[in-house]
Amino acid sequence: MSPAPLLALRQLVKNYGGVRALRGVDFDLQAGEVHALLGENGAGKSTLIKVITGAHQPNGGTLTLAGQRVANLTPSTARALGIACIYQQPALFPDLTVAENLALRLEATSASSRIDWPARRARAEQWLARLGAEISPEAEVRSLSMPEQQLVEIACALGAGARIVIMDEPTASLTQKEQRLLFAVVRDLRKNGVGVIYISHRLEEIFALADRVTVLRDGQSVGTHAVGDIDEAGLIRLMVGREVAQIYPAAESTPGHRVALSLRAVGCRASGVHNVSFEVRSGEIFGLGGLVGAGRTELARILFGITPADSGEITLHGQRLTLRSPQAAVAQGIAYVPEDRRRHGVVLELSIAHNLTMAIHRRFFPTTWLRFGAERALALDFIRDLAVKCAGPDAPGGSLSGGNQQKVSLARWLATKPKLLILDEPTQGVDVGAKSEIHKIIRRLAKEGLAVILISSDLPEVIGMSDRIGVMGGGTLRAILPGGSAPHDVMAAALGTTERGAA
Amino acid sequence: MKRFFRELSVLGALAAVLVGMAIFAPAFFSPQPLLSLLTREAPTLVVACGMACVIITRQIDISVGSMFSVCSVCAGLLAARGWPLLLVLPASVALGALLGAVNGLLVAGLRLPSIVVTLATMVTLRQGLNLVRQGEFVNLPDRIQWFGLSQMAGQLVLVGASVVFLVALALAMRHVAAGRFVYAVGTDAEAARLAGIRPQLVTFLVFIFIGALTGLAAMMNLAQSPQVQPLSGAGLELKVIAAVVVGGVAISGGRGNLWGAFTGLLLLACVSPALIHLHIEAYWEKAIQGAIILLAVVADGLRTRRLNR
Repeated sequence: MSPAPLLALRQLVKNYGGVRALRGVDFDLQAGEVHALLGENGAGKSTLIKVITGAHQPNGGTLTLAGQRVANLTPSTARALGIACIYQQPALFPDLTVAENLALRLEATSASSRIDWPARRARAEQWLARLGAEISPEAEVRSLSMPEQQLVEIACALGAGARIVIMDEPTASLTQKEQRLLFAVVRDLRKNGVGVIYISHRLEEIFALADRVTVLRDGQSVGTHAVGDIDEAGLIRLMVGREVAQIYPAAESTPGHRVALSLRAVGCRASGVHNVSFEVRSGEIFGLGGLVGAGRTELARILFGITPADSGEITLHGQRLTLRSPQAAVAQGIAYVPEDRRRHGVVLELSIAHNLTMAIHRRFFPTTWLRFGAERALALDFIRDLAVKCAGPDAPGGSLSGGNQQKVSLARWLATKPKLLILDEPTQGVDVGAKSEIHKIIRRLAKEGLAVILISSDLPEVIGMSDRIGVMGGGTLRAILPGGSAPHDVMAAALGTTERGAA
Repeated sequence: MKRFFRELSVLGALAAVLVGMAIFAPAFFSPQPLLSLLTREAPTLVVACGMACVIITRQIDISVGSMFSVCSVCAGLLAARGWPLLLVLPASVALGALLGAVNGLLVAGLRLPSIVVTLATMVTLRQGLNLVRQGEFVNLPDRIQWFGLSQMAGQLVLVGASVVFLVALALAMRHVAAGRFVYAVGTDAEAARLAGIRPQLVTFLVFIFIGALTGLAAMMNLAQSPQVQPLSGAGLELKVIAAVVVGGVAISGGRGNLWGAFTGLLLLACVSPALIHLHIEAYWEKAIQGAIILLAVVADGLRTRRLNR
């Protein structure tokens, strides 16, 4: 390999407050190389990109560009030094034309300078032609397909003289044909001496496209290999190779035999979920694992009637359901604690007591007159029961910590006395103490006979908490594994590889 | 106390104005002019109550002035044809509700931004009315004015009715489930939807509500004069929105209450007579009202910034 790599990172460290997002990353990128970056959710890939593109400043370590050490990288100097990033969702101006979008990135004009339209158009044509893209410079970006927009992004990057191009899951929303087109462009970039950092969850892409692969785990680089020297099983081992350090409350009882929820070939074209079948028994915690974008939240939204299913059959306690709206789902005894509690869980301006009765108005206040005393008593019950730390039932939701907001969000749905509880990332952004309290609550609810679906991106949590684990990928259920399975097996199923021929 | 700081500070400002008037122009408090002032503001108060609900759901309705004119003229024509008051009143309310339903359908049904929808209906209704009526006044039969009562009794009835209405609605907003739905939709429509509330339905009903209240207010205004001016509602939207905003209802939805809107309305209404009694030129009226609105908005802005920090 040539002596001075395009980009070299040594022992890079990045902290957010007390959270150590990167704790020692080593990474090299050569000219004319496609270097894949792999790691499970939260391993530090996004943080690493932010540091390389100058969006965030590292707290330690060195960053060397073409042999020159760079400190205080800002987004504009990163761009000037030839670093470009193509995000999954292109960051273009949808109402402007392709040529105008290119000009905005490439022309250093002041507000008063005259625009040279012919030159602008010619340059756009030149860069698009170099990529072999058949896109009119006069087309509005809004009217382009996703891969066409990515090509425009790449044209912007090349036009700006980028020597390092970062691609963050570029194929996530592409069809097979569009993928092949993109791969051809990437190979062309490599031939022209551009270094490409390629981030993807799809192992087969990495083997088809990359020269080398670096695996990140818990904010550290745990190995760099030429793709010829490692197989899928080896990569997965690198990704998950850690102890399940946290202690999860033990299951105190075995789930009953009564099937609570049953899905048969459920799908929804609008949200990309298809052919999902599984059963959850009363008292069972059914974990849903998988990578971000695997379709877990989409499945939960189907079960809660937000995006109704258009195929398949859902039955709850033997009764066939048609779930066309959240109201219908609530009426059938389904509760959904959503993922983004700051946005959709707790109404920050309303008091805890109001938040609690939001979903049970019709039952709790049958005469439509609010009964503040009864509401307060209910709130006090839940505050004691779930150990919510707060000033009292009248404190606004916004005054609580993340973990306690999550408990209020949970309590709102427990107040509906559900038959099925769907938890979407219940411990995301919650501190360790509150996390284990929430785990205990979930266990207790299952013991009381509730059927629970637990969606979590935290692999040890899914494995430690679930009685069975459904692993999703590409909008469908890939495998059902027993609770306590090896992280390796779950990750392998999520990535869509089989152990055959690899072990 | 802390929760109602915003409402209390407006109340404090109003109290300061009233005390100032008591010292420098005690004539302000002579009963007859004061009663007349309150009577003039009674219809505005009713519309302001509706506007507070609309703004709390994070919407706005700027067509109230035009709806008011249309309801006034139609009710006047019906009364001139000899319809009894007991039929004209519900007819006016129903017409307002119908016009509000059009707004609501466009905003909640088609999910169009309410400011554009109501701007369109505001212009359409106003120009339509001009076209049909050519600016003609409607002469009312005597039995409509002051509901056939003496002026004093009529004024007391109007002021009393508007206050009773205010109290009833303020209590309902706090004690009836529907009131809480309005707040929930305004703070976070998606969270409300996930909790089984139907935000679009709530929005639709709130627009019908303000329409009906505008129809009622048109009748309360009709009773005060022998004629109906076709432009009687002009500028009403600005007046009520200003009152509601000064009273501490957040334009971003979900925050504020009717008591605040009431105090805000009184504060703005006091400006004009106060100037007359203090022998200050009337040109200052709008400038002072504008300054009050600006002050309220700036205070809210600073407060949100502090809360977000």
